[in-house]
Parts: sequence; C-alpha cells; structure tokens
Amino acid sequence: MTGERLTGSDVLLKALAEQGVEVIFGYPGGAVLPIYDALFKQNAIRHILVRQEGGAVHAAEGYARSTGKVGVVLVTSGPGATNAVTGLTDALMDSIPVVCLTGQVPTHLIGNDAFQEADTTGITRPCTKHNYLVKRSEDLARVVHEAFHVAQKGRPGPVVIDLPKDILQGAATYSDPPPGGHRSYNPQVKGEASAIEQAVELMAKAKRPLFYCGGGVINSGPGASQLLTQFVHMTGFPCTLTLMGLGAVPASDKQFLGMVGMHGTYESNMAMHDCDLMINIGARFDDRVTGRLNAFSPNSIKIHVDIDPSSINKNVAVDVPIVGDAGHILEDMIKIWKARQHRPDGKALDSWWKEIEAWRGKDCLHYEPNDSIIKPQFALQRLFEKIKDRDHYITTEVGQHQMWAAQFLGFEKPNRWMTSGGLGTMGYGLPAAMGVQVAHPDALVIDVAGEASILMNIQEMSTLAQYRLPVKVFILNNEYMGMVRQWQELLHGGRYSESYMESLPDFVKLAEAFGAVGLRASKPDEVDDLIDEMIAVDGPVIADIMVDKTENCFPMIPSGAAHNEMLLGPDDKAARPVSEEGMVLV
Amino acid sequence: MEDQDIRQHTIAVLVDNEPGVLARVIGLFSGRGYNIESLTVAEVDDAAHFSRITVVTSGTPMVIEQIKAHLGRLVPVHKVRDLTLEGPHVEAELALVKVAGTGEKRVESLRIADIFGATVDDTTLDSFVFRIDGTGEKINRFINLMRPLGMIEVARTGVAAVSRGNKGFS
Ligand SMILES: Cc1ncc(C[n+]2csc(CCOP(=O)(O)OP(=O)(O)O)c2C)c(N)n1
Ligand SMILES: [Mg+2]
Repeated sequence: MTGERLTGSDVLLKALAEQGVEVIFGYPGGAVLPIYDALFKQNAIRHILVRQEGGAVHAAEGYARSTGKVGVVLVTSGPGATNAVTGLTDALMDSIPVVCLTGQVPTHLIGNDAFQEADTTGITRPCTKHNYLVKRSEDLARVVHEAFHVAQKGRPGPVVIDLPKDILQGAATYSDPPPGGHRSYNPQVKGEASAIEQAVELMAKAKRPLFYCGGGVINSGPGASQLLTQFVHMTGFPCTLTLMGLGAVPASDKQFLGMVGMHGTYESNMAMHDCDLMINIGARFDDRVTGRLNAFSPNSIKIHVDIDPSSINKNVAVDVPIVGDAGHILEDMIKIWKARQHRPDGKALDSWWKEIEAWRGKDCLHYEPNDSIIKPQFALQRLFEKIKDRDHYITTEVGQHQMWAAQFLGFEKPNRWMTSGGLGTMGYGLPAAMGVQVAHPDALVIDVAGEASILMNIQEMSTLAQYRLPVKVFILNNEYMGMVRQWQELLHGGRYSESYMESLPDFVKLAEAFGAVGLRASKPDEVDDLIDEMIAVDGPVIADIMVDKTENCFPMIPSGAAHNEMLLGPDDKAARPVSEEGMVLV
Repeated sequence: MEDQDIRQHTIAVLVDNEPGVLARVIGLFSGRGYNIESLTVAEVDDAAHFSRITVVTSGTPMVIEQIKAHLGRLVPVHKVRDLTLEGPHVEAELALVKVAGTGEKRVESLRIADIFGATVDDTTLDSFVFRIDGTGEKINRFINLMRPLGMIEVARTGVAAVSRGNKGFS
C-alpha cells in the first residue's frame, strides 16, 4: 500500500511493521506523544513500558541477541535520548542491531535551547553505527527502511533516528523499502576466493592449529555456528571462543577448550600462545583476549575472517585477511576442504592434543569447596545442573559473577548468552533479560548478577511485574564490587577504596516490594532448594545468594602479561608482580 | 621501527553531500587519535549531491589502512582512494598571504611574489594580499620568505588532489 496520506507517526509505525517489528521498548514524553498516540490506535506492534530509557536499550539488545532480529527503542527528546546513550554505546561495542527512535523538538526550535532539546545526532554520532535527523515527513518511510538496513547489514550496530515533533505530525506518504541495495552501504559478505583457498591450504598443513572464534559467528546466524561446529569436527582442530562467541560451538564438545582471554581457561590461552596456525573467525583481537600484544601468539600464522574491514590488522597484523560474513566463508572453507579431500596432519595433531590435554589436566577452574560458605562457583555449578536440560537463556551484569558465569555455565547453542562484553556495562543484565523474556515468553531466563550491578537498573523489576515477565535474578552477593576488590587486592596493596557495598537493601524485601518473590540462601546446603524454588515460581524472582566475600576469579592474565603468564589461583598471585605498563591498563 | 614507517598520505573520499557527513569524518579522526594535516571539502556533483573530501594524514601503513577502512564503513561514503598509494597524482593548494609594511621590505615581497608566480589580489599603500597556488611545499617556502618581510596573515585552503592520467575517480 503506497501513496495513502497519513501522519508522520502513522507512516513511521507502518514502516516498522513492514520491517517485521513486533515489539518496542520505550518511554514516553512530550516530543514523542504523536507516536504514542499512533501506537494507541493500532495492534500490530506491542509496546513495553520500561522504567528508565537506559533499560529500554538493554532490553532491545537482549531481544536482538536472543532472536537475531533488530531491537527497537522509542524514547523522548532531551533526557530520554541522553539516557539511551550508554545502551547505544554498549550495542555499538558488541555489534548488536538496534534501531532507536528519539523524539526531538520541532524543526523550527532546533538550535534554540528549547525545552528538552539535546543535540541527539551530535551526541550519538560516535556511539552509533549511523544516525539520522529527519527533516521532512516525506522522508520518514525511506529513513526507517534505511535504518534497518544499516543496523543489520555488515557488522550490526545501533542506529538512531531523531524525529522532530512537527515531522511526526505532518502529512506523509508511506513507501515500501526500495528494491536492490543501498546507494552506498552494501558490505561485502562473500570472501575473496583466493584468500579462502590459501587459508584452507594452511589448515591442511598446520601442526598446531587453533580455531579462535567470536561474536561474529553468532551474529552471522545459527547456521554459521552449525557450520563452525561441523568444520571443527571435520578438521579435528581445537577451538576456543571469546566471551561474545560462547555457544557458537557446544560447550560440551570435546574439541572446545573453553573461553579465551583474561579469565579464560588455561588450555585456551596456552593454545593461543603456542599454536602455529590461528583461525580467527569473527573475533577482533580485543585487548582482553590478546594480553600483552608483543607476546601474543608469537609463532603463529594468523587467518582473520571479519565482516568489518576495520577490525582486520587493527591490533594484530594478520597473514591472511578475509573480509566477509562468517557463515558464507565457513561454507566456502568446508567446500574446499572437502573437494580437495584434505586430511589434517594426524600425527602432528595427536601430539598437539596431548599438549592440550596436559594443560587441561591443570583443571584451571578448580576452586576450594567449602561446607559452610557458599562459593560463587559452586552456586553456578548447581544452577547449571538444574537448568541444563531446560530451555534457558542467561544474561549477566558485569564483574566477577559475569566471568564465573562464562566459565561455569556451559552454552550449547548460540543466542543463549547475553552479556556486555565490549563496554562492560553494569546494569545490563536485568533489562537485557527482560528483552529476552519478551521474545521467549516460555523460556527460563536468568540474570546472573552481582549485588552492586543489579542496583544500577533495579527499577526494571517494576516492568517485569507489569508484564508478568518471569525473569529470575540470581545474585551472587559478595557485598563487594568483587571485580574492583580483586584488582585492589592484586594491584593496589589490598586498599579496598570504596569497593565495599555499604547499606545494601534487603533483596528479599526489595523483591516483595516490586511484587516479585524474594529468596535467600546463606549456606551451601540451601542452594539446591533455592534454585528449585526459584525455577518453580511462576513469576519474577530475586534470589540472593550470600557467597564468599573474598573469592577471586581465576585463572587470570594480569594486565600487561602474556598468555603463558596466567595466574592459576590465589597461590600464584604473588609470584609475578604486575609490570608498570600493566598498571596503566584497564 | 614504527616511527620510521610513518608516511604522509593523501586520501580522496567521495561522500553524499548531507548534513553531518563532515562531522562523521572529523569525529572518526579525533575519536581514534589519527592526524589530520589538511582537509578540504566541497560539492563536486550537484545533481548527484556528491562532495569530495581530500584529507592529508600521516601514519604507519597499518594506521593508514585503518583510516581507510573506517572511512569506507561510514554510511554516506561512496568511495575511498589513497592517492599516495595508487600512483602519481597532482596536488594543489591555494593561499592568501597578507604582507604589511613599506620601503625595502615591501619592494622585496613584491619581487619574491613575482618569482613565485603569485598574484596581487589587493593592495594599499602599506599592504599586499598575495594569492599563490601550487603544492603545499611551494606555499610553505613562499610563506617562510614572506614572514620576515612583514607577513601578518595567512589563509590556506588545504590540499585538493587528483590522480594523473586518463582514469576517473572510480
Ligand atoms: C556502569 C559501570 N560502572 C563501573 C564499572 C566498573 N566495575 C566493573 S565490575 C564492578 C563491580 C561489580 O560489582 P558486582 O556487581 O557486585 O559484581 P561482582 O564483581 O562482585 O561479582 C565495577 C564497579 C562498570 N563496569 N560499569
Ligand atoms: Mg559483588
């Protein structure tokens, strides 16, 4: 239906519906009242009223990451838009497709310091993939379609559409997305054939190969994860995943070495250091993964597959760069591997696996169990036992609990694990879980939280109550900003400056105040019952697990150290003081 | 080793002439800590609404590749060309140079302007405005000579550049 005269808001909603949008996370205000009025009069799109705009963006991120679709946000001008900035930056860093509609003062007032005016396109330019200020109602449909194209194509990311109120109220015509590509933005998805062939030849010859894969595989869709798993099996090569890539290969797979990086497994990091061929698919050599750059995997040939050309040769110079989509390139690699009837160098691979098994033998995730104090790792192990056979999704906040969750909850499938990786945003997990639960109403959705992080967006408990979203908040309560405390212990002489959480609320009562169920466990033998009850409750729950206050997260590559300089546990920590260069790193 | 690799590059970028596009390009350089030695922009095709940005920057080969990759992924960017890498090219810049004074210095400035092929765009009894074009290096030399002769103001356009030969910007 093209050509009918409507208001700008009607056209906006029509374009959203055409893009397959079923739900918007938002919060109203003066500048977006015309959109809220149009929303009121239709049934195609559902609106979830969050309690703070920051929550809306994280909810959209959770929705997007668990479905592969674009998450949509609607906020008002001024403070509505500025509250969205953290979430937008988060989505940019983690490559999450989000379209955020922001209200704006009417065009004739722009630049006047009008009430609730903010230079939203100016503020969000560096924290979005792209943004638009719509200046003619007639442009609305085109801009919405374009925004969805940009948010999803290539490396996904957040897009802002700034909408002056008069543009929303003006007369507009709807038009369908134009056929064909965008006039300038059409990222390459197919990789260069000669580079792919070269990569496969290197793989056939490798003696100590390693797959190092990341969020790019997840973003490429579930098919890419299947292809990766298939290729890992065909080659017999070991595989490690980044924090963002967990689930791309099943955690239970024998060839999976666990997560790589600062709190990754010993075997993954040692394999990264000692491999002779690194096959990076959809990971970006993040500083949390590489450790000290000049000691990073010194003897390997590096293949790097990435859809974003600017990720290639950014931190680490690679030998075989391949620009394109992970799924497409994996498909091509598998085809060539099969066609040329390649077999890995079995003997070399056997001895490589023997080395890896020796590293595995260190049992780097081992912790000292305790009968009277709940170890956070124990709580997560129990949680995993009880949820692994259920349809479940995990989100996290940021801190030690996040790393323990990555270590102890095995992810068998992609899109089941939502965590703030690049930005490390405390307060991400609860709203993200809300977005996941909206997308998957019948699934078990758990936010693994810290007591400090959860307070950053605790207001969203009220949203959970309103929409009967049965999210379970699983707080590993150590009464500390544990990750901060850990760094202070290791790097700042144990001076715990401002990292103790004074005057915490009673989380059980807090849950009740929000109309949710509150549960608490203080002893290891209470944990199982608590988890059973938490799962059984038909509604949102806050579970307050009182864990060891001083437990540290190991293994750990201290800042500025190399992969083979990992600290395996508390006794290891004093052995090597952190270098001065390491101290300035975050 | 890295410092020795630093080299100046002239990069031409074809963009949609739309609000904010220059801010995106400049923001990319400032946000990631890259140098801008000069930057020029103007519409070059009013029917297609294309502007051409010429940016002179410097960095190691890895940094230059990064700059080009980042420019290339901006949504309104159509083409990115590294003129320095792609072969011989012509660079030109224009400067307006004001020199104030009387007597010997005034005469000398006029003489040197003549040698450089600069034109006099304005004159009063005690000042000249010279217009000079050419490579940035030629303009630098001219400015250095004018400084002791009473130069009080300079405006430069920054570099515009095109490749040599019979190929267009494709
Ligand atoms: C918004 C924000 N502010 C500050 C930080 C720095 N930071 C990282 S972890 C952390 C402590 C988190 O404490 P808690 O949520 O209790 O988790 P724990 O480490 O104790 O498991 C802080 C303050 C951050 N990541 N995000
Ligand atoms: Mg804590």
